[in-house]
Amino acid sequence: MKTLTPRLSSLSSTYNHIQHVHHVQQLPLIAATLSPHITTSTSTSNGTSRQFSVLNRPPPNYPGHVPLTLLERAALAVGSGVVSFFDPYRHDMIAALGEATASPYFIERLHRAMLSSPTGRRILRDRPRITSASLNLPHLRTLPPNTVGGTYVAWLDREGVSPDTRDAVRYIDDAECAYVMQRYRESHDFYHALTGLPIVREGEVALKAFEFANTMLPMTGLSLLAIATLKPAERSRFWSIYGPWAVRNGLRSDEVINVYWEEEMETDVDELRKRLGIERPPDLRDIRKRERAEKKRLKEAATAQAVAS
Amino acid sequence: MIMAARTPSALRVIARTSLRKPNCFSPSRHARLFTTTTTPRNSQPSTSTASNDGSSSKINRNGTTHFGFQDGFSESEKTERVADVFHSVAESYDRMNDLMSFGWHRVWKDHFVSSLNPGLSSTVPPTPQHILDIAGGTGDIAFRMLHHAHTVHNNPSVHVTISDINPSMLAVGKSRSLQLPATQQSRLSFLEADATSLPPTIAPSSIDLYTVAFGIRNFSNIPAALSEALRVLKPGGVFACLEFSKVRSPLFDAVYKRWSFAAIPLIGQLVAGDRDSYQYLVESIERFPSQDEFRRMIEDAGFVVGSDGYENLTGGVAAIHKGMKPL
Repeated sequence: MKTLTPRLSSLSSTYNHIQHVHHVQQLPLIAATLSPHITTSTSTSNGTSRQFSVLNRPPPNYPGHVPLTLLERAALAVGSGVVSFFDPYRHDMIAALGEATASPYFIERLHRAMLSSPTGRRILRDRPRITSASLNLPHLRTLPPNTVGGTYVAWLDREGVSPDTRDAVRYIDDAECAYVMQRYRESHDFYHALTGLPIVREGEVALKAFEFANTMLPMTGLSLLAIATLKPAERSRFWSIYGPWAVRNGLRSDEVINVYWEEEMETDVDELRKRLGIERPPDLRDIRKRERAEKKRLKEAATAQAVAS
Repeated sequence: MIMAARTPSALRVIARTSLRKPNCFSPSRHARLFTTTTTPRNSQPSTSTASNDGSSSKINRNGTTHFGFQDGFSESEKTERVADVFHSVAESYDRMNDLMSFGWHRVWKDHFVSSLNPGLSSTVPPTPQHILDIAGGTGDIAFRMLHHAHTVHNNPSVHVTISDINPSMLAVGKSRSLQLPATQQSRLSFLEADATSLPPTIAPSSIDLYTVAFGIRNFSNIPAALSEALRVLKPGGVFACLEFSKVRSPLFDAVYKRWSFAAIPLIGQLVAGDRDSYQYLVESIERFPSQDEFRRMIEDAGFVVGSDGYENLTGGVAAIHKGMKPL
């Protein structure tokens, strides 16, 4: 279940993110073994609550970091939302929307969810990155197709995508929360492999619904506006099959952000699903293929009839 | 104290995790242009005060120049980074100009060209004129020059050379030039060249009018470009520069700066998918010397400058500087 427990105390004003992570008080041993930055890096603007303007931005907290004012963040959220709605191929805009809307609460909730799980904590300590360099793709191709790694690389090859196409996180102020967002973004392809949903618009929307129910990132919820861009048959399938599946499974399963994908490469996919508590949705590719075949058959029958009459 | 304690510790942790595992949270791929982030002004104490007396555009004693707010780059590094910026922005350059200035850049360029009045000639048949448009990549100034000479002054013997160091910008200019009437196209040529060191194809003392619009602030060595301009101009030839400059009114300046640093990188990100290039552009505007300082640089290069030497446009957002090569 997701950790929806409130923080003990938080002084989050619009610009600063000084907060006391309550896990530090509850698990002092773990906090002591983990790097001290857990208490210190959760702040923007070098830990003070100084408001800043665009003319004197504070120094970046990590390479590539751009501290944004509230107005800038709002404008980025609105702008990237509009652009990504009209052009969903602008991955950088979807990424920016995710980052602009995740602060202050949602990314921290996800961060706490990672901190509450032992695997999550290990991921945060190791900070693995998913790139074609860090994953051994040739080795993954040798794995049987029912394993996570085998499914993932088969999916990569079939869809013609590479793990290197993900943008780096820039607009989240806390360095560790920025890593959480980066991890979420890089794991997205694994969620495709885990759920078996294809990369077509319908599959992406269904997956976003699942991610929203599971991670509660606002961008995933806002992406559901794309339901309006689906075809009528796709939309009815979403409301009747994939939407309910996504909500049911997203809410009751474990946090997928805590899966240490690098270690699960040789796990059987069904076993991983059972462990996490995710049921496999109906195969969307099959349904679409059958629907296309059916439509073609009907069209041929109609033309045959037209020719005959 | 707290500030000092937190930032280094965060950095130390990042360094520590990078020792533990090679694939840590690294500057990565978004940054297709820059390997470091643009540092804000408050972290550069000595050089930002230097920019007030206009020496920011000169080369420091240790032989380095600046790239936006980042200092310590060699000239070749700056040239390379500027090249990356303009490769990246070339396709969307004209659309972004319209969005950033609300279309006002067209008014500036129209005024710039008409104030130079190319093609005006008292002889019949008209005297040929050679115009060199530097950093003229996408052709805005050159096309206006050709139109003004051929159509307004009915002087078809005006030849314009568009020179740009960046082939992507030149390519955009070439494809746009195909829309021109044939007579104007025949009087247009393209040259890929570095303005700080022009090739021998431009003979010394051969140019009547040397123009550079919104380009000179990107040059790695502005005094060298000014010397080159002096060299290729005929005696009596005119150097004209349209460039962003310092706004006079403090109130308007406050609004303008905030628009520049907040909205322009955002528009660059939304429209062109490239925040960093536009962040560099607004920083380079900020680092460019003031009207008086630039006028002094033009005079130091050897030009004769009359009266103020510059004309402010839109309250100083842009300025036209002119100089003449002495006879």
